[in-house]
Amino acid sequence: MSRRSAMTVAKDAAVEAMTAPAVAPATVTTTFREALREAHREALARDPRVFLMGEDVGRYGGSFAVSLGLLEEFGEERIRDTPLSESAFTGAGIGAALRGLRPIVEIMTVNFSLLALDQIVNNAATLRHMSGGQLSVPMVIRMTTGAGRQLAAQHSHSLEGWYASIPGIRVIAPATLEDARGMLGPAVEDPDPVVLFEHGSLYNLSGTLPAEPVRVDIASAAVRRAGTDVTVIAYAGGLGKALAAADLLVAENISAEVIDLRVLRPLDDATIMGSVARTHRVIIVDEAWRTGSLAGEISARIVEQAFYELDAPIERVCAAEVPVPYAHHLEEAALPQAEGIAAAARRVVGVHG
Amino acid sequence: MTRELFLELFTGLLREMIRIRRFEEKCVELYSATKIRGFLHLCIGEEAVAVGVVGALTEDDAVVSTYREHGHALARGVPMPSIMAEMFGKATGCSGGRGGSMHLFDASRRFYGGNAIVAGGLPVAVGLALADHLTDDRAVTVCLFGDGAFAEGEFHECANLAALWDLPVLFCCENNRYAMGTALAREHAATDLAMRAAAYGMVAWTVDGMDVIAVREATDRALEYVRDSGKPCFLELRTYRFRAHSMYDPDRYRDKSEIETWKKSDPIPALEARLVSDGLMTPAEVERWRAAVEAEVEAEIAAAVEAADAAPLEPVEDLLRHVMTEATGDVVAPAGGRST
Ligand SMILES: Cc1ncc(C[n+]2csc(CCOP(=O)(O)OP(=O)(O)O)c2C)c(N)n1
Ligand SMILES: [Mg+2]
Repeated sequence: MSRRSAMTVAKDAAVEAMTAPAVAPATVTTTFREALREAHREALARDPRVFLMGEDVGRYGGSFAVSLGLLEEFGEERIRDTPLSESAFTGAGIGAALRGLRPIVEIMTVNFSLLALDQIVNNAATLRHMSGGQLSVPMVIRMTTGAGRQLAAQHSHSLEGWYASIPGIRVIAPATLEDARGMLGPAVEDPDPVVLFEHGSLYNLSGTLPAEPVRVDIASAAVRRAGTDVTVIAYAGGLGKALAAADLLVAENISAEVIDLRVLRPLDDATIMGSVARTHRVIIVDEAWRTGSLAGEISARIVEQAFYELDAPIERVCAAEVPVPYAHHLEEAALPQAEGIAAAARRVVGVHG
Repeated sequence: MTRELFLELFTGLLREMIRIRRFEEKCVELYSATKIRGFLHLCIGEEAVAVGVVGALTEDDAVVSTYREHGHALARGVPMPSIMAEMFGKATGCSGGRGGSMHLFDASRRFYGGNAIVAGGLPVAVGLALADHLTDDRAVTVCLFGDGAFAEGEFHECANLAALWDLPVLFCCENNRYAMGTALAREHAATDLAMRAAAYGMVAWTVDGMDVIAVREATDRALEYVRDSGKPCFLELRTYRFRAHSMYDPDRYRDKSEIETWKKSDPIPALEARLVSDGLMTPAEVERWRAAVEAEVEAEIAAAVEAADAAPLEPVEDLLRHVMTEATGDVVAPAGGRST
């Protein structure tokens, strides 16, 4: 089996896990968390300049257990537990990167990354430009994002869209096992800072991957499901919901094409516009607040670049404009859900149900 | 103090520690039963700090806490049913079901929350104290935070600001020797936190946080100092959590023997022993007293659970409420009876 076809087999791990194909040779059963861990292991083993640092990445094994076991394998110099000092250790990652190392900095969640935002925005994202191209900051900053686990307003926000507005950094957000396994490698090799978002609801996603290392790009969006009537654009934690909505719509003879953005900055306009040209209708799913969201940016680009392809207004399915509440029913109501995405699709194709 | 007063004070402290311990043990059960969700951080082992510090405050004082705040809230007098209902995500919860375990609020008792951003409460505490300073109020703002928070820039900025401006803040660092899985000596190059706080120009000292009487005495002294001088003060309360960091934590990073050693200074049996050794009660009296208190506490907890179970959910239509001030309903002026 060629690598390309192996990746196609593994493309949608969630769907694949449910439909369980006959066991393909040379695949491994894994989870999103383990795939990320394997990606770290590979990056650390391949390049001695790579090291991981962050709160509880070592002895604790990572707050979401991504780095579990890496301390034992790579030692404390390369798997560095830090004090609670987000600004200091993120900035220290920038300094180490300037000096040619390849740090991976883990920040527990995007809400806490606000304490390091100064270093990311004012240093990591600007040093190349401010120095007239003399400096390079080849580092990866990883963090968890997203809601859905009843962790309330200080642990649940989706601020990746903010990061995606900043020139000078690349922003990536894996949604599949393949990307969890494959995106870290090129991110580490990238000469510029890459911010990698891990949606908290994905860590336990399970399925199979090819046994050999997975290589993917960190530049393009991917069509995860082909369709003809409506394009549903999603990323990270939203992808599963978009695919579930597409499933719901099959019964109503609505064929939804589902795009996984994968890369939030720079956006892959070509893939988006290509799909719009096929379906002429667009839904954008974004777990962030609607106002000033990535969904708003994508809508604007579609209007700028593909206005005459549109047969219906663009619809955005975003989080309600409220700090994410604790109570389960309120949290569910605050977030995009498959049924809401399907309802939006029905509206744009003009089939009222 | 007379014997009766000592007896009353000691049994009051003991009763409150037992109440907090049993409440949190119930929370563990309810978490397994998925009635309580999200993150749940317990202060089991650290009750002497909650009871000794918060119990020493007057009604006018303010409290700013962390995500490990059940004990602080209970000791502050936030009603147990409203705390339980909050953890059940119910409309009758002290935060309307929007906060959960990590975000207990009660403005009427000047309990300014459970903050889940480590060190995030510190600047707010400084601001509350600034307002008291500007209005010549004699209230003290108590800010509780961990040894981990001490490493954040926010602590150092706040310590300097409070000392620079002479603000009535009582900084209470609950040093339980771990920030999640990171041991004190791995998060701090110099582990004497009180000494470092003193370097900001504050009166600061270390207290045995497993001894509730020592905590209470230290807090009384510190409060008196802050009230009289208007200046900040820092207490490092050396304590230990007997349970994991949260319900998610597999607790791989410390020796079980270390936990067992610390359990020997469990503040609850320690105070019972003190009652006997000080001649305030005979062992038989302690036992009878204890049985009666356990029964009362059990009944109080059972009632709180029952009420939380039966309580209504906030209607989904109200999802967008309390984001900004409402024409009616939401507080528009500072709560908690502060007059300016
Ligand atoms: C700014 C920030 N960084 C990281 C976290 C994740 N986190 C929650 S509690 C905790 C440990 C805090 O330790 P400490 O201050 O000692 O308090 P303790 O939990 O021991 O009571 C960490 C790392 C957070 N909530 N906020
Ligand atoms: Mg601690």
